[in-house]
Amino acid sequence: MSSREAILSAIRGIKLEPKPLPEIPEFGIQGEIEATFVQSILGNKGEVLSQAEFETWLTASNHPKLISRSTHFSDLSTISLPEDPHQLNDLDLAILDGQFGVAENGAIWLEDADLGLRVVPFIAEHLVIVLNKKNLVATMHQGYERIGSATSGFGVFIAGPSKTADIEQSLVVGAHGAKSLRVVLI
Amino acid sequence: MSHPENASEFLKDQAQAKWHDETLWFVRDKRDRISKTIPEWEDLRNLASQIKDNVLANLGPYLEQFEENAKKNGVQIHWAKDGEEHNRIVLDILKRHDCQAIVKSKSILTEECHLNPFLEKNGIDVVDTDLGERIVQLLHQPPSHIVLPAIHLKKGEISELFHEKLHTEKGNEDPAYLTQAARLHLREKFLGAKVALTGVNFGIAETGEFVVCTNEGNADMGVHLADVHVACMGIEKILPRRKDLGIFLRLLARSATGQPVTNYNSHFRSPAPGRELHIILVDNGRTAQLAREKFKNSLKCIRCGACMNTCPIYRRSGGFSYGSTVPGPIGSILSPGLDMKKHSTLPFASTLCGSCSDVCPVKINIHEQLYEWRQEITKAHGELGKGLSMWIAAGIFKSPLAYKISGSLMRKALKTLPDSLIYHPMNAWGKSRDLPEAPKESFQQWYQKNRS
Repeated sequence: MSSREAILSAIRGIKLEPKPLPEIPEFGIQGEIEATFVQSILGNKGEVLSQAEFETWLTASNHPKLISRSTHFSDLSTISLPEDPHQLNDLDLAILDGQFGVAENGAIWLEDADLGLRVVPFIAEHLVIVLNKKNLVATMHQGYERIGSATSGFGVFIAGPSKTADIEQSLVVGAHGAKSLRVVLI
Repeated sequence: MSHPENASEFLKDQAQAKWHDETLWFVRDKRDRISKTIPEWEDLRNLASQIKDNVLANLGPYLEQFEENAKKNGVQIHWAKDGEEHNRIVLDILKRHDCQAIVKSKSILTEECHLNPFLEKNGIDVVDTDLGERIVQLLHQPPSHIVLPAIHLKKGEISELFHEKLHTEKGNEDPAYLTQAARLHLREKFLGAKVALTGVNFGIAETGEFVVCTNEGNADMGVHLADVHVACMGIEKILPRRKDLGIFLRLLARSATGQPVTNYNSHFRSPAPGRELHIILVDNGRTAQLAREKFKNSLKCIRCGACMNTCPIYRRSGGFSYGSTVPGPIGSILSPGLDMKKHSTLPFASTLCGSCSDVCPVKINIHEQLYEWRQEITKAHGELGKGLSMWIAAGIFKSPLAYKISGSLMRKALKTLPDSLIYHPMNAWGKSRDLPEAPKESFQQWYQKNRS
């Protein structure tokens, strides 16, 4: 008997009382959606910028290797997306469009089509996600409603920069992935 | 070694033990504060518990549905009865890809299966990439907490370790400096690994996808650079529907560390073009636990670690005192199911205060199961010392006269007996405990004098 059969038949052999699968009610948030979202991102050690603030920041900073896949800032790329993700090791900045953001925790949803290569938002030294204010939802429940039955091979909720507190619970931003997250609300 | 023996080792360094206690309580407090910002918190816990009840009642069909959908997505599914088979499957995949070095992100399941020593014996270089896990790996230690693997260490020890292994400045204990050094060290490993291993937080039957949550982004750095992603998943990690994730992701990080969500929550449905994605479904004692009516609820656990942070025993005895992969209250009800003899002292490492059950996001009745395991263990092993004293006590409580006489005798005896007899090695209660001063009279005598 294969292990698959052994495991499944062991389960079949156990008398299990039926238990119903509950329906999930509607849950909202108390505060205003955009303000709550901004607070959540700040709490996760990210920043929120307006389009003007972002443009000022970008001009003042130096990012030799930059990939922008954002439709709002499509002409900023200084390199094109390589075939081999390892070549992105020295990527300074990635600018991506997020599909929607969740106010209660700052999580922003991105899929394969938004990323180009899956490693982009992780390997980039700094990450910018551009998000339309119209695309903010209250909670994760509405978030999954938005995702629905989408069939992207990969999707990710990003809520802040890479961080760790593994050394004596001291928070350090920039563990393995992006050292900063800037969310541009337009 | 038993839990009490290990715990007294831990308590020898009192300053460290105090820091450990207070730091975990701080995490518990963060969890409390954030949970109170969600008015429907208790509803979420109830829903999560009900969803997991439904999963356990239909585990077989859900696993088959998960397998079918994952296969449709181009994922290769493997089944492993136990840790040994799981490890062999991993090694076979590595051999097929001629892979000598892998990167791993935090997976308690691979710890449970003792994958690292097995792979190392077979010539594979295994690198744990979660910062805390890398620290304990360099020290040849297991994690002491399932969410905070290096919580038993002080920054001075980590600074020493990094100076030796990663050539950081001697004496530089700045967490930001040490983290940056680990970042550079691990970046090389990520870039060099052909195969990356991760655990699984949730597998979705309806879609065949699975979700991995990290704050560091280490799981994603590993798998998106490697040719092959192997995900190791306990069979109890199934959720029926994608939308159930809304409930569980709201609960997980808030319960674990008091943050609203982990910064990276990756949903893997199919491999990237030209890459391979494998899922190993592991039993390793889970079907046996499912068959134990009193203990099957322990399989609802989502490994948030909240029960550890709140437990007065865990906080004051450290993760290593449990001698099991999953320590703390939840570990003490899971581990006896795997090896009752080895873990026979664990269900007694509790005050039965019930705080673990109160914070559990899926409402496992942990403290009740600890009590139930005590019955099972006592039935199986028996404890002569305690058995005899309980037998005498039962006789005394049955007879009012015997109770009266023994009370008056004990009040006198406690004053006059030498300490060597009271704090005798045979009397486990005498260890680290001072008896209160015996009152002159019984409560009954006092009451008659003063109130009657």
